[in-house]
Amino acid sequence: MTRKAAAAGKAAAPGAVSEAPGPTAAPALRAHSPEVSAARARRWGSLYFAEHVLRVMKSYSWTIVMYGVGQPVAYLFAMGVGLATLVDTGRGAIFGGVSYLTFIAPALLISAAVMSAASEFTFPIMDGFKWRRVYYGPHASPLTPQQIALGQVIAVTVRFLLQSAIYFGVVALFGAAPSPWGWVSILVATLAGLSFGLPLMAYAASITQDKGQFAMVMRFLVMPLFLFSGTFFPLDTLPLTVRWIGWISPIWHGTELGRVFSYGYQEAPLLTVAHVVFLLALAVLGWLLTKRQFIKRMAG
Amino acid sequence: MSSPAETGPPQYVITAENLTKRYGDVAAVDGISFSVPAGEAFGLLGPNGAGKSTTMKMIGAVSQRTSGSLSIMGLDPDLNGPEVRAHLGVVPQQDNLDEELKVRDNLLVYGRYFGLPMSYLRPKADELLEFAQLTDKAKSKVDALSGGMKRRLTIARSLINEPRILLLDEPTTGLDPQARHILWDRLFRLKEQGVTLILTTHYMDEAEQLCDRLIVVDKGRIMAEGSPANLIREYSTREVLELRFGSERNASIGAELEGIGERVETLPDRVLIYAHDGEAALEEVSGRGLRPVTSLVRRSSLEDVFLRLTGRSLVD
Amino acid sequence: MSAGTTSHSDTEAARNRKFGPLYSRNVRAVVARGLMATRSSNWMVMLSGFFEPVLYLIAMGVGLGAIVGTVQGPGGGEISYAAYIAPALLAVSAMNGAVYDSTWNVFFKMNFSKLYQGMLYTSLGPLDVAMGEIFLALLRGLMYATGFTAVMGLMGLLTTPWAILMIPAAVLIAFGFASFGMGITSFMKTFQQMDWINFIMLPMFLFSATFYPLSVYPEYIQWFIQAMPLWHGVDLLRQISVGAFSPATAIHVGYYLVMIALGMLLTTGRLRKLFLK
Repeated sequence: MTRKAAAAGKAAAPGAVSEAPGPTAAPALRAHSPEVSAARARRWGSLYFAEHVLRVMKSYSWTIVMYGVGQPVAYLFAMGVGLATLVDTGRGAIFGGVSYLTFIAPALLISAAVMSAASEFTFPIMDGFKWRRVYYGPHASPLTPQQIALGQVIAVTVRFLLQSAIYFGVVALFGAAPSPWGWVSILVATLAGLSFGLPLMAYAASITQDKGQFAMVMRFLVMPLFLFSGTFFPLDTLPLTVRWIGWISPIWHGTELGRVFSYGYQEAPLLTVAHVVFLLALAVLGWLLTKRQFIKRMAG
Repeated sequence: MSSPAETGPPQYVITAENLTKRYGDVAAVDGISFSVPAGEAFGLLGPNGAGKSTTMKMIGAVSQRTSGSLSIMGLDPDLNGPEVRAHLGVVPQQDNLDEELKVRDNLLVYGRYFGLPMSYLRPKADELLEFAQLTDKAKSKVDALSGGMKRRLTIARSLINEPRILLLDEPTTGLDPQARHILWDRLFRLKEQGVTLILTTHYMDEAEQLCDRLIVVDKGRIMAEGSPANLIREYSTREVLELRFGSERNASIGAELEGIGERVETLPDRVLIYAHDGEAALEEVSGRGLRPVTSLVRRSSLEDVFLRLTGRSLVD
Repeated sequence: MSAGTTSHSDTEAARNRKFGPLYSRNVRAVVARGLMATRSSNWMVMLSGFFEPVLYLIAMGVGLGAIVGTVQGPGGGEISYAAYIAPALLAVSAMNGAVYDSTWNVFFKMNFSKLYQGMLYTSLGPLDVAMGEIFLALLRGLMYATGFTAVMGLMGLLTTPWAILMIPAAVLIAFGFASFGMGITSFMKTFQQMDWINFIMLPMFLFSATFYPLSVYPEYIQWFIQAMPLWHGVDLLRQISVGAFSPATAIHVGYYLVMIALGMLLTTGRLRKLFLK
């Protein structure tokens, strides 16, 4: 900020809009200077946009709870209690010695986060650029495109954390998370959501024409990942022709990790490390692509 | 045009020198220069595709220029984007309000982008809703508003940080006449308060109503510059006689009218005769035995200036 | 003058016709428009609807089937887990497809693309539109059902020629849901309300004896589930798939016939209210 500009700012201030409505504005209402605005936006801009997105989410919080918590709990009941009557009969060894309910509880947690990612990182992103062009409002303010992208991610991360925590509470009430480390699976679910969601966000930000791409993502990506990621049965019961789907699936890596934390599932420590690295790498890659796409799209 | 920064007061808030923006081989803005002093209402008049919006985006620090120089409040928008944008209020061509939030919340949320505290924003939002005549809509959903109301809300939103420069890109396009007049009235008040207005428009009446000074742009270049009155004086006559002879005949009759008034312009749907005295010109037309289907005498407008400069109409 | 008499007699004709102004006997026009729109839209999206139940069948039938082994089928005989859930998944997909087509699709066209407003400016009546949309939904349901049954055959899950009857039965199920879905959609105003539909469908899908027998539940829950439409669809298709019929078969079919009649009544009434005030 140059001194000259600052001086110009001061000189023009008396003409500013705050005087607009005249006599009614008794206590002089004065915005801080543009210099302060710019400095604050540079520092906190992402959080300002996250606040915006969270306010919007608040208006559909009921839907979030139903999809983010109600849906996995319904599956937990149907499968973990109902279907368990067919699978729990003396075949416990397949599920690492735990009940079927305990086995699928972390898988449903991770799947719910990934499915939420599939809704939060598709239409709302495209909406920001295309239909209602919500991103172009903040774009004219001191915020930068990467701050807008980051703000969106932060807000969705908050959603993941909240819905996962509530769902985990339900699981704990069922007694289906015996390990004292079970709560870590909340973080794992959030990471899995970002790991699947951020590459998707980059893709959504690159779409200019809606041709039903997101319906395809749901059906050809999310559904197969949900069904073939060791969610309802261990991955190695599947033939190799479809088993590979699990290996590239954030749901499988997240689920295995979640099982380690929620009931002490035994696997090679190296594999556990691999899960974390896989999820982190995908999330970081997705973020870099997203950032690039937002800057490219908005700097026109 | 004098050079800006070192002239001292009157400060130029915006200075563009040879400003250029290319998309591939196409120059959307092709080397334009202008300066805007504080408190002026400055217009960019031109048809669609003239480069007005591109210029606005560069001033708004959301689009990088290809070459030339640009300074907003002494800052380079390409290097100090956030600082420049902190000085501005922007009313974009297409509304981008958040329709999932209520009317008042749109203002609050937008104010937060400038780091403004809620203690300031709450009373300020009420004040601006009053200014935009939307107080009774504060708790409504945005999609329940009419086009004119959305526009006013967008203007209110752009004022939340008390900007001294307001950018308005086609502020009244798509609004009905009544909504336009309400909007003009609000913009006039801002002008009275000393806010610098930069606006693009392809409506000549809007430019005449609001602008102290304007540039006429076409194909990315400046065709003329001056106050609306001066431009009309310089590029047109006092009055215009508009004649219609029926679609088939306008062109052929145009030739027979040569010599009447100062200039004859033949358009597909009508013939324009530029003359100091329109009535006298009409008598002359009758004297030559020509009977137009309709005739109309009016004052010259910026539309005529544009026609003279480019040979085309503003609104196609 | 002659024009006046013509329109007068047209009015008379309309008055004497069944459903009067609601129906102009031109469902064809709506169906033709729908087919044309399908041709120019994304085929992959169309096709993808068929894959979802197949994916479930492979994942649950093969993956989980390896753990579950065999279960008791409707006739009392032991059948593989895949053969057990396949007819249920077909019933679910008939429900999902019909509900999607008659709710979200109709909601969008009613409130956003304003397609129906345009249609109703012509000589078409609301009942033409409704029946056209339902016909299109059923046509799609028929295609999906045929495809799914073929997949069952390929996986060796069909043991009786009776199984071919699953296709018309699936269309019957789709008809039941579609006729109701449209009437219900006419009450909806916002997307949030539309979400309600999903929240009803998901538990129905999970709890209607889709993946395990009804006997798992305590008796009062069994009664409740047997009151739900999807359970009748699941049980009907499951019986047909092994050719084991019982008096319950007639009850299932009857349930859907009543559902279709009530649904059409509701839809017609709502359309009258919405468009001919």
